[in-house]
Amino acid sequence: MLLIRCPYCEAERPETEFRYGGEAHVARPADPSSVDDAQWSEFLYFRTNPKGDHAERWRHLGCGRFFNAVRNTLSDRILATYKAGEKRPDLPGSAG
Amino acid sequence: MAENRLSAPALVSRLPHGSDRVFRDDAVAVARAPAAARFILRGGDEVAARVASVFGAHPPARPLASAQAGTRAALWLGPDEWLLLAPEEDPEPLGRALQAAIDGVPASLVDVSQRQIGLSLSGPLASRLLSSGCPLDLAPAAFPPGMVARTHFHKAEIVLWRRADSFHLEVWRSFVDDVLGHLEQARLGAAGLVS
Amino acid sequence: MAQPFRLATGGRIDRARPLRFHFDGRSYEGFAGDTLASALIANGVHLVGRSYKYHRPRGILTAGPEEPNALVGVRRGPGRFTPNLRATQVRLHDGLEAVSQNRWPSLGFDLGAVNSLGSPLFSAGFYYKTFMGPKGAGDRLWRRVFEPVIRHAAGLGNAPTQPDPDLYAQFHEHCEVLVIGAGPAGIAAALAAAQGGGRVILCDEQAEPGGSLLSETAATIDDMPARDWLARSLATLAAMPNVRLMPRTQAFGYFAQNFVALCEQVDDLPDDGPRLRERLWQVRAGRVVIATGAIERPLVFPGNDRPGVMLADAARIYLARYGVAVGRRIMVATAHDSAYRAALELREAGIDVALVADLRPQANGAWPMAARAAGIEVVTDARVIATHGRLRIAGATVAIAGRERKVACDALLMSGGWTPSVHLHSQSRGKLVFDEALQAFVPGASVQAQCSVGTCAGRFGLSAALADGARAGADAAGIPAPVHIVANDPAMTGGTLGASREHARGKAFVDFQNDVTADDIRQAVREGFRSIEHVKRYTTTGMATDQGKLSNMNALAIAAAELDAPLEKVGLTTFRQPYTPVTFGTLAGASRGDLFDPVRRTPIHDWAREHGAVFEDVGLWKRAWFFPQAGEDMQAAVRRECAQVRRGAGLFDASTLGKLEVVGPDAALFLERIYTNAFGRLQPGRCRYGLMLNEQGFVMDDGVVARLAPDRFHVTTTTGGAARVLHHMEDYLQTEFPDLRVWLTSTTEQWAVIAVQGPRARDIVAPFIEGIDLSNAAFPHMSVRDGRIRGVPCRLMRVSFTGELGFEVNVPADYGRAVWEMLWQEGRKHDAVAYGTQAMHVLRAEKGYIIVGQETDGTVTPDDLGLNWAIGKAKPDFVGKRSLTRPDMLAANRKQLVGLLTDDARTALEEGMQVTANATPAIGEHALGHVTSAYDSPALGRPIALALVEAGRARLGETLFVPTSGRSIAVTLVAPVFLDPEGARLHG
Repeated sequence: MLLIRCPYCEAERPETEFRYGGEAHVARPADPSSVDDAQWSEFLYFRTNPKGDHAERWRHLGCGRFFNAVRNTLSDRILATYKAGEKRPDLPGSAG
Repeated sequence: MAENRLSAPALVSRLPHGSDRVFRDDAVAVARAPAAARFILRGGDEVAARVASVFGAHPPARPLASAQAGTRAALWLGPDEWLLLAPEEDPEPLGRALQAAIDGVPASLVDVSQRQIGLSLSGPLASRLLSSGCPLDLAPAAFPPGMVARTHFHKAEIVLWRRADSFHLEVWRSFVDDVLGHLEQARLGAAGLVS
Repeated sequence: MAQPFRLATGGRIDRARPLRFHFDGRSYEGFAGDTLASALIANGVHLVGRSYKYHRPRGILTAGPEEPNALVGVRRGPGRFTPNLRATQVRLHDGLEAVSQNRWPSLGFDLGAVNSLGSPLFSAGFYYKTFMGPKGAGDRLWRRVFEPVIRHAAGLGNAPTQPDPDLYAQFHEHCEVLVIGAGPAGIAAALAAAQGGGRVILCDEQAEPGGSLLSETAATIDDMPARDWLARSLATLAAMPNVRLMPRTQAFGYFAQNFVALCEQVDDLPDDGPRLRERLWQVRAGRVVIATGAIERPLVFPGNDRPGVMLADAARIYLARYGVAVGRRIMVATAHDSAYRAALELREAGIDVALVADLRPQANGAWPMAARAAGIEVVTDARVIATHGRLRIAGATVAIAGRERKVACDALLMSGGWTPSVHLHSQSRGKLVFDEALQAFVPGASVQAQCSVGTCAGRFGLSAALADGARAGADAAGIPAPVHIVANDPAMTGGTLGASREHARGKAFVDFQNDVTADDIRQAVREGFRSIEHVKRYTTTGMATDQGKLSNMNALAIAAAELDAPLEKVGLTTFRQPYTPVTFGTLAGASRGDLFDPVRRTPIHDWAREHGAVFEDVGLWKRAWFFPQAGEDMQAAVRRECAQVRRGAGLFDASTLGKLEVVGPDAALFLERIYTNAFGRLQPGRCRYGLMLNEQGFVMDDGVVARLAPDRFHVTTTTGGAARVLHHMEDYLQTEFPDLRVWLTSTTEQWAVIAVQGPRARDIVAPFIEGIDLSNAAFPHMSVRDGRIRGVPCRLMRVSFTGELGFEVNVPADYGRAVWEMLWQEGRKHDAVAYGTQAMHVLRAEKGYIIVGQETDGTVTPDDLGLNWAIGKAKPDFVGKRSLTRPDMLAANRKQLVGLLTDDARTALEEGMQVTANATPAIGEHALGHVTSAYDSPALGRPIALALVEAGRARLGETLFVPTSGRSIAVTLVAPVFLDPEGARLHG
């Protein structure tokens, strides 16, 4: 069971208090009607699925907040967590 | 919250839900808290200040904190969410006063008095029993009196609030049977343990 | 004679407390403090099981959790049978009943042993080769003959047949330092760590902590005998409030971020009542100190599995801790000095030591010299080439520098050296490195906050163990490391890996539990397997319940020799959790029966139960399904309930509906983006149907959106969708529309909801409602008001899921039952019935109202359901809108919701049945759709069904077919609204 630091609670909490939310920083087009079918499909269905560092969304059921985490998909280690809306932190050796 | 012009006392009886599987022995006491008024308050700093003026307890900005004023308490649940607890059996007058205080400020106040039920756990084995289904570190150093966490006990979501000599749990009413059942099993499972 | 192999003195058993136990029906005596294994050996019993594949007789090989052979079933009364327990770990108690495994009809005479004669058939890869056998006639032979025989013979132990009456507990625990293993290194670590004041846990799988100190006879620590030092140290630890000492507790799994799973044996006594048997401790530790010691390695020689052959140190342990002699005339085969200590101590106890045969060309260390000095005959360059005897060893043939010699003995002690127990380090994802000098894998760099100390780190000797442990504990505590002075502990060296190829006469076992021989591994390599992971799977070496604790290093060395590659290049197989098998009870804990999942009940549940309701599970909820009266079956009850709702009225417990309060100045704007419908102009006091899509454009939920005030909405969701919908809404609110000032609060459990439906619904609620004008003009269909019902705060809605005049009375949950009873009493004057979810389903289907999850399956759009009217087309955007114009979503052949009527008006369809164009579709012909709902409709007096059918709306009036077993049902496609399409009844 992973420990994940919730940036809103400012505390580490066990994985069972969290829910995974898929890749982070996939922005919903501001005006969906203006994007073509291919772009919309890209937004709906295509994800990077990297081997290595991956920015992803989590929600802490404790405080109810969505936030982002950089997790290494190889080691399953969470390298950083940050609030929704914040920029992905630069991590040493971090890809992407 | 729409204004209720009529406020005649209820002519039908209340029936708190859930089993009566509370128990008490030398090492632990599990009890139901009396009926209470409960509100979920959502909004920013200004709302907290406005509520403080009529409620007494100031909804805290610090994560996982609680504030108490007499018999009233404001528990931090999230960065814009608090649980207000007060001993009133009838939540409506307090609700109206709170709503009036936050009028004009973007905010949400919702009466959840009967959504959940309070339980109290005390005695030397209280945290041990909780640890059967709650993965948090409940040692006083890690979870001191006054601290609040919305977490889970087995598969039930709970709000866990440590008071001076006891833990107070807020549990959605249909999960109370499950929580009490697991506490009972944990009591059996803690046989021979002193902490 | 009772306990013929028990010595007159010695051991840590309680000779004042004799215990009677049974093994395979025979009665024996042991003492308190014995394990089943030590008590059996005390009675001269070495034969305890048959091997898995060849059914060879097997004896007790070890004295610890690494035991591969002595697996027994233990019966402790009804429902209390546990298979596959290691006799070396089963604590003896009075009345213990144990049985051997893998034998039929008896342990001494086992028919399965013929497998041994046919052993070429059972060689490496037997299962793979056999399962790929010929088809056709061979296939039939396989199914009729081989498979049943193999199934009868296969498996390890027997599963219990009755429910387990015992209790299993689970606790989370947190500590600053977790020390695993209470041998010298672990105790030294705990002593030092505890001085830091942090919480320290010291666990050990044995009933008595101490590890090797328990059998230490000569060495002193801090100027006192090792056993005294042990007693003093344990007393010190026990007196410290920050230390939790956990004997009989196996650390079996090491997971991410120092999360370690421990299994504590609490009680194994038989009893009539439930007993607390095991506790799972899920420990989160700041630091972990692994002090799990090392496991002695068997030598691989022909006949090394004969009962009476055992590890040398195990014999020492049986002697020192249990006062038991493993034989009367001992022979020792070794490649390591430590076996000499066993020989010496046995000789001192008066047991005849016939010979020590050392594999090494010379043996001149302190221990071999001491053995020679004590008069024990020692030969070097000597290997065992055969053992003799049938169910118990009677002797062995040794080749000494090429010359053969036969030695009579009743126990053969072997030692191939010591393998550090790196399992937990490896589970923690720490790397392993091959130590050339030790010829062993030892822990490399740690990945988590953990370290290995003592022999499990490859640092052998008492002095090293204590220093290592003290340093690790002191590091954790932030203090200088205490120093322990050790005397009289001469060093030991030696060891060998693998098996020699010469003199092979008979089977030389590498993996005892899975019956894998040295030849099997060589054969696998010859057949082309190069990777040790493949060799493992092909031969099954290391894949038994002991996971190769004894065998992995020998198997690896044999494979490496055959591959002619350095051992470290061949690599190691993965160490997996659990270290030893864990009972299902421990993993399940209290989560069984009613506590497996929460059972959610509504405030009206008890009334329904008292009135005979049959319940169904909907998510975690129990919902009243139907209310059968005397003599009624389900069909009759549902028919009566439906008819009475349409004729008079019905009361329905709708409390499980998900409910949200959506509050804030931007509440309407937010709901406009989340639902397909337009809410901007919805007036306070009015309700609207709400349809929710996911971003892909598929229907995910629906409900009623009621506007209470300009900035406050009461929203209902499906029963099963409540949590999902709130999560979905929070997702968009927090991450896509964070600028909106609106907040969501779940009120599902705040309200009990009583639906009163039917032509006389108003007559039932009206007498009690205060402050709300219920007339059609003031309170039309799809209205909402807050008021009171006989003094109780009430949120009243005029909504309908039946097509009838309907109200939903929301009251605070505590009042639910009382208000229900009040309405029920009133309802009886108006021909009202209590109805359940089945009648609700029928009533809504007659009206063509969908149920999300029944008419939808995650691939259904609003248009597919004929719900385009629910889409606010003027809205620039809502979740899912853009997807609705993707080409696939506009395809002409999409499945659309239609009604189906069977042509004979009698035959009922079933949900899930396929709808086809032809009465007898050809194989491969694709179905046009499927039935989503099917009921007997009391209102229509015939069966009705809803279905999703390709281009269904264009096919209305057509006849299609529903092929079912042996026949095909002709159906006509109709509009999906069967009753009152104009909605006149709603507005009555």
